[in-house]
Amino acid sequence: MAAGSLLRTFALRLVQALLVLLAVAAVAFLLFRFVGDPVAQMVGQDTPPAERERLRGALGLNEPVIAQYAAFLGRAVQGDFGVSLRAGRPVLDLIGERLPASIELALAALALALLLGVPMGLFSAMRPRHALARIFDMISLAGVSVPTFVIGVLLIALFSVGLGWLPAFGRGTVVDLGGWTTGLLTGSGWMALVLPALTLAIFQLALVQRLVRAEMQPVLQSDFIRSARSRGFSERRIAWRHALPNALVPLLTVSGLQLGSTIAFAMVTEAIFQWPGFGLLLLQSLQSADIPVLAAGLMLIALFFVVINLAVDLLYLAADPRLRQERPHAG
Amino acid sequence: MVPRTLVLAAFLATATLTGAAAKDFRFAFQSDVSSMDPYNLNEAFSLGIQGNVYEGLTRRDSNLLMQPALATGWQMMEPTRWRFTLRPNVVFHDGRPFTADDVVFSATRVRADGSDLKSRLSSVADVVKVDERTVDFVLRAPNPLLPNEWDTWYILSKGWAEDRNATRPHSAQSKDENFATRNANGTGPFQLASREPDVRSIFTANGTWWDTKTHNLTRVTMTPVAVDATRVAALLSGQIDMAFPIPAQDVARLKANPNTKVLTKPEVRAIFLGLDQSRDELLYSNVKGKNPFKDRRVRLAIYQAIDIQAIRDKVMRGLATPTAMMVGPGVAGFDPDQQRYPFDPLAARKLMDEAGYANGFRITLDCPNDRYNNDEAICQALVPMLARIGITVDLKAIPKVQYFAKIPPPKRDTSFYLLGWTAAGYDSLNTLGALVMCPSDRGAGPFNVGGYCNPEVDRLTVALSQEADQLKRAALTREAWRIVREDVAYLPLHNQILAWGVRSNVDLAQRADDILDWRHITVR
Repeated sequence: MAAGSLLRTFALRLVQALLVLLAVAAVAFLLFRFVGDPVAQMVGQDTPPAERERLRGALGLNEPVIAQYAAFLGRAVQGDFGVSLRAGRPVLDLIGERLPASIELALAALALALLLGVPMGLFSAMRPRHALARIFDMISLAGVSVPTFVIGVLLIALFSVGLGWLPAFGRGTVVDLGGWTTGLLTGSGWMALVLPALTLAIFQLALVQRLVRAEMQPVLQSDFIRSARSRGFSERRIAWRHALPNALVPLLTVSGLQLGSTIAFAMVTEAIFQWPGFGLLLLQSLQSADIPVLAAGLMLIALFFVVINLAVDLLYLAADPRLRQERPHAG
Repeated sequence: MVPRTLVLAAFLATATLTGAAAKDFRFAFQSDVSSMDPYNLNEAFSLGIQGNVYEGLTRRDSNLLMQPALATGWQMMEPTRWRFTLRPNVVFHDGRPFTADDVVFSATRVRADGSDLKSRLSSVADVVKVDERTVDFVLRAPNPLLPNEWDTWYILSKGWAEDRNATRPHSAQSKDENFATRNANGTGPFQLASREPDVRSIFTANGTWWDTKTHNLTRVTMTPVAVDATRVAALLSGQIDMAFPIPAQDVARLKANPNTKVLTKPEVRAIFLGLDQSRDELLYSNVKGKNPFKDRRVRLAIYQAIDIQAIRDKVMRGLATPTAMMVGPGVAGFDPDQQRYPFDPLAARKLMDEAGYANGFRITLDCPNDRYNNDEAICQALVPMLARIGITVDLKAIPKVQYFAKIPPPKRDTSFYLLGWTAAGYDSLNTLGALVMCPSDRGAGPFNVGGYCNPEVDRLTVALSQEADQLKRAALTREAWRIVREDVAYLPLHNQILAWGVRSNVDLAQRADDILDWRHITVR
């Protein structure tokens, strides 16, 4: 692909991204009418109705939805996402504090899913009748069908209460690396990561295993694999070097989107393990109708997916040599 | 934030150095405090936590009795002038001495815009420094209960607040946090060492506290854990030493475990049902042209149709005390001898017949589903109970953020609702004034959603607000509650029973207002 067309693709994506963000914010503000009254959560039982009403006015909550939306956009373009109603602190600070926890958790879960899921899927595809392949299929069936909260609670019951090996909640001791808090530099941080990462990974592992198996089956029937076999290559080499790369494109797409959705939507897992991430923040904000955090959070999620989709498209180019060739223009 | 790493490192160092002598206490509540600024939110949990760091002129012991704290004594010079003598030789955590200037400053700050605790000094017109150890409070009108809620009006250091640019209370309105949001400088038995909102706050014992230490802790770690199952699991596994609240279904399990125990106590809050008695036609009913709840017989019929024992045993699993009162035990004016109207579906049916509703009617019951213990389940249990007297209940259970936008004034968008109320200052006067007095434009009866009105109760409540004599107060309160019961103004249900889960090696005192006071904790 020529540099010019790459640039054009980029510009187009950028415009698309802006439109998506605007649309997400618009839908969000339409829905905010139904989340409830944040002021009820910001004052005590005895705060008189008149004082509550005054607070609503001061926070701009009595304005029409369209005015609130416009005010939000006006400030957002200047990089000001307002102040959380629940915490009384700048929204961007809150999100910035929470994102590292979610990103570390999502990466750990994805790594776990890929490390286990790809070999499992390969094995199931190569030796579908093997007893182990059937066990793998069963594991992945359980992984996609058992809800996250059940898995999480079962893991806590077993490893925290029963065996006492791993903590039931929290992130352990974290180290602050100039604004990025990481749990990966302390023993307690790693211990705390295991159960939530495993909880998230089980579903993704099942997805990866099934995807690899499904993608590999037609590939394994194709001519070039047969010719590779006839040339006497080992089964292992055929699987990893010749067949697997053909399954990489869909695997990358799915992994990328999974990464995005685990960073954004790991709410249930984060809530069960009180993991101080972005998903838990959104959940807490929803429970207290914290509109500024919800609005900024939803925009951020939209941004995530736009960026991830773009990145996945670019990775396609790297993974599939056919896409790198200049295609003839139609018309 | 770089200092946090340093602070953590410092902690790890002290933890290893002090070794066996260090007594750590780690506990989890279901949420975090919204701010460390003690004027941010007038709510028991936040004020309770802040009360380990900050102190008021008064404080309460574990039985909720008022004691002197930063004031050593006070007297009413005249009905509208109170004189408080301040405790000498008290220092704030940063070393500044506590003086009359701090009290005057805190009085201004608590009444400033953005404060949610303005009610603490609502009757005060002026605060006058007499000398370094004496402060006068000049009132607009006599208020015999003046210091009643001052156990949670905490005193800040004027010098600290001015130096740190925290002279105004932290609030979401202020568009930004101030230094007091995540830092604290009180005179209390513990000082804030580090705070990560929603994650972890660490406190250390204050070595220069003015009072004799009744705890043996060196360090307290507070972590919010929102999910009940996780909080219980963390307690069982020993990751924390104390967890609250404990859901009813886990109480037996924690009691059976040799390493954990459960403390229970009836709560000061009362849970009750309210009825719209003011509109001429109900918003959510099939009765048109009149309001059945204006008829005492209908209100009493609903009361007597409620099988409160079944709710206690089946819904609450024993974690509730049925009550006939709108205030809980520990509140002045609570009368344990006051009897509920007996559960009697036949009598209830008869009352409905007499009132002209032999065929019953249809009504919508509003209920929160995440505010009180088993709130939605209580309302579900009411549906078949009221069906027995011909009332078809449409249950509408919604999350509290929506509920509290709908039920209280100005909307009062309900005909029949469930609510809980804790008498502020632990005196019936608060509940009578907020829930029972006839709503007026001048702000009386601000949370009297149903619009119950009885001039005699109003008269008694006003008299109570001006009466200083304890015996006369008791008589006025008793008479007011007698009328409220006689009128069936509200349908009281129960006091929830607080359940705290504690490791066996920890001793602590449970307060009926659900406040965990670290002064009373010892770890063996």
